[in-house]
Amino acid sequence: MIATLIQYPLFAALLALVGLAAVFGALLGYAAVRFKTEGNPIADEINNILPQTQCGQCGYPGCRPYAEAIANGEDINKCPPGGEAGIQALADLLDVEPLPLDSEHGVVAAVPSVAFIREAECIGCTKCIQACPVDAILGAAKQMHTVIISECTGCDLCVEPCPVDCIDMIPQQESLQTWHWNLPDPVSRHVDIIATDEPQDDASRDRAA
Amino acid sequence: MRKTFSFHGGIHPPENKHQSVRSAITDAGIPPELIIPLSQHIGAPAGVVVTIGEHVLKGQVIAEAQGFVSVPKHAPTSGTIHAIEDRLIAHPSGHFAPCIVIIPDGKDEWIECKGRPDYETLDKLALIDLIRHAGIAGMGGAGFPSSVKLSVKAGTHIETLIINGTECEPYITADDALMRERADQIIEGAKILRHIIGPQETLIGVEDNKPEGIAALRAAAQGSGIEVVQFPTKYPSGGEKQLIEILTGKQVPSGGLPSQVGVVCQNIGSTVAIYEAIVHGRPLISRVTTVTGDAVREPQNFQTLIGTPMRFLLEKAGYQPEKNKRLIMGGPMMGFTVPDIDVPIVKTTNCLLAPTEDELPTPPPAQACIRCGMCAEACPASLLPQQLFWFAQGKEFEKLEEHNLFDCIECGACSYACPSNIPLVQYYRASKAEILQLRRDHAKAEASRVRFESRQERLEQAEAEKEAKRAARKKAAEQRAQAGGGDTTEDPIQAAIARAQAKKAAQQGAGGEQSELETLEKAVVSGQKRLDTATAKLEEATAQGSDFVEALQTGVEKTRAKLQKAEQALTDYQQTHNQAAAEPDEPPADAAKAAIEKAMAKRQAEAALSPAEKALADLAKLQQRLQKTQNTLAQSRANGEEEKVIVALESTVVRLTEKISSTQQQLQQAEDA
Repeated sequence: MIATLIQYPLFAALLALVGLAAVFGALLGYAAVRFKTEGNPIADEINNILPQTQCGQCGYPGCRPYAEAIANGEDINKCPPGGEAGIQALADLLDVEPLPLDSEHGVVAAVPSVAFIREAECIGCTKCIQACPVDAILGAAKQMHTVIISECTGCDLCVEPCPVDCIDMIPQQESLQTWHWNLPDPVSRHVDIIATDEPQDDASRDRAA
Repeated sequence: MRKTFSFHGGIHPPENKHQSVRSAITDAGIPPELIIPLSQHIGAPAGVVVTIGEHVLKGQVIAEAQGFVSVPKHAPTSGTIHAIEDRLIAHPSGHFAPCIVIIPDGKDEWIECKGRPDYETLDKLALIDLIRHAGIAGMGGAGFPSSVKLSVKAGTHIETLIINGTECEPYITADDALMRERADQIIEGAKILRHIIGPQETLIGVEDNKPEGIAALRAAAQGSGIEVVQFPTKYPSGGEKQLIEILTGKQVPSGGLPSQVGVVCQNIGSTVAIYEAIVHGRPLISRVTTVTGDAVREPQNFQTLIGTPMRFLLEKAGYQPEKNKRLIMGGPMMGFTVPDIDVPIVKTTNCLLAPTEDELPTPPPAQACIRCGMCAEACPASLLPQQLFWFAQGKEFEKLEEHNLFDCIECGACSYACPSNIPLVQYYRASKAEILQLRRDHAKAEASRVRFESRQERLEQAEAEKEAKRAARKKAAEQRAQAGGGDTTEDPIQAAIARAQAKKAAQQGAGGEQSELETLEKAVVSGQKRLDTATAKLEEATAQGSDFVEALQTGVEKTRAKLQKAEQALTDYQQTHNQAAAEPDEPPADAAKAAIEKAMAKRQAEAALSPAEKALADLAKLQQRLQKTQNTLAQSRANGEEEKVIVALESTVVRLTEKISSTQQQLQQAEDA
């Protein structure tokens, strides 16, 4: 055997290469099975950035499907609730250029809103309950329904199915708990960048003259 | 002399403390109206327990604590609850918040207070509970409930108890006045705290700009084992973490609590309040507030009821509104401009500062950062204010967090030191709030995601269950069909037809207008049926030894009773209508049976027919139907019926014609065969 190999070095080299290929192939094959990742990790990360309102404004039935679509090459600018900040975060994650929000899918709401059922008018049809993607509406057939405000994402999917039109989207009021300081106005800061540009009182102008 | 340490940075702003300590603490008296906000502390607002129009006594609970991090509210004087409504409160937002409004009756009548001068016999938890029920929240500024701060986790070793008498902010002298006049109460309060915490040493830290206070405290502390420590004046030594570093040399880790380095801190004001609560049983209903600034004629310290409108207090001190451009609650460094002069004093109002424009001029416009680094030198938390400023402008929140923005105590030393007058603290406050908002949003998004996913899962499960049921039904039907084979009685359609015919037969059998009799008969039949099923169920349950045997037993009895009633009603009816002779011997159930038998016989007869005969019979039937439909159609046309009806009839005619032709074909085939 060895004599044959020595006699045909080409054959020996071939054998060695095939042997190596078999070993590494087996190793890689094993690793592929052993360290298999469940699901699509990039879609998970994208899903973490999306605002989870499940509003469907992007054209997908929920945030998770849109995340998967983005992972497969869909545009990142179809999520109005995420706003510019969301698009920026997605662009950073995927290392692509941030695009302006696609206005076809809606505009960024100035303040988040929550659904409110005018309970006197509710007929208990359960249509809104079936439409709510996060089970934030409480009620039963022929019983009055109401919205659990803390769970409502403000997606407004319940407004359209209501046959008596008793659901309003109410912008959330700023409360003591949600109030916070705002950044100093950068515009005025730049306007006043040279303090002596300010209109001076007469006395100092006289002195200058 | 104890060795003291220093902390990084710090500034020396003009103190301006002398104005307000020229006279002793004055009692401000009872204002015409008291406004008590439900949320004066960090944590959940208290829940109202009084009603409008109710008369309350001084010290009576008017709002209960809700949750662990919360404190109750007490009536500051006796009077009537005038309103429970939203009022403007002392908050930089200028928001309205729920308040209880009391109109005092002037009698200042105390509720019965039970002090515990023998506090040393009480255990730690009982004392903490007393402090909680007295409504004591940190009186230095933040308003963190004292009971929460004192509830140190079991197993934590506390080495040092620190009473914070620093009061480093300019103008404020409320704690200084307490030290001068009520040193013995402070020491007594410190002893109570020492009893609760059980530290190795108890220190009272005071800056060296309050020599009178230090002297009074030292005199009172003689022989108590409590040490009064004096250290150089520097702003902001009064910050909890800064004071701990000054007195112990230990640094509280970033994001950590003082108890992690074995220290518990309490403010002088809170210490006095704890003394009052434990020894005299009096809740926190008043505090010492400094009223100062050049826009008041007589700056001084007032013993003020919580809820007193600021206007009342300012007027007592000789307020000159024309000189005062903005009213500040707190000191010039960390205080904020109050939205209106009528807002109430709260538990954290240590100072009302009414400066003139000359005294605290409006900050000149901010200029560009020149990267001088003065802010970094001044920062007591050893942060990089300049760097944070850039990130705050660029809204780079991740970078801000990496640069430990949350260690910023918002003392304002950087803004004070900045030669470009950049309102640095403002940037940090806003950025902190924004980051917290983002965190809240993210937590909510996470919760929504979980809810969405579990909903999705639930819907899928429901769909799968439905599918499984459908499959099972289909399978069962198939099996029945197979097992039944040619047996006509098992055919559901046939059975339905038989039922319908039986009904008809029964009706015809009874004849004429006997609907009442019919219902009675039906009641008897169905009652019999129900009794049979119930009895069968009972037997089954008894055999299995089920728990429901008793319930089933009563059910059977009830059904039996009902059946008897129905039978009785039937016989009564028959007797009264004198039709007993009609067919009293034949129970209606038998009529139905007979009908079924008749139907079965017919069916069998049909089955016995040859295909040709069957087809012939079908054809005859179909032709009959066609004739009938055509008649109806003609009639409808003549009557000018709706178009819809006519169209439907026409289509029926077409369908029947088709069927007839196909049946004719079948007949042809059968004959050929």
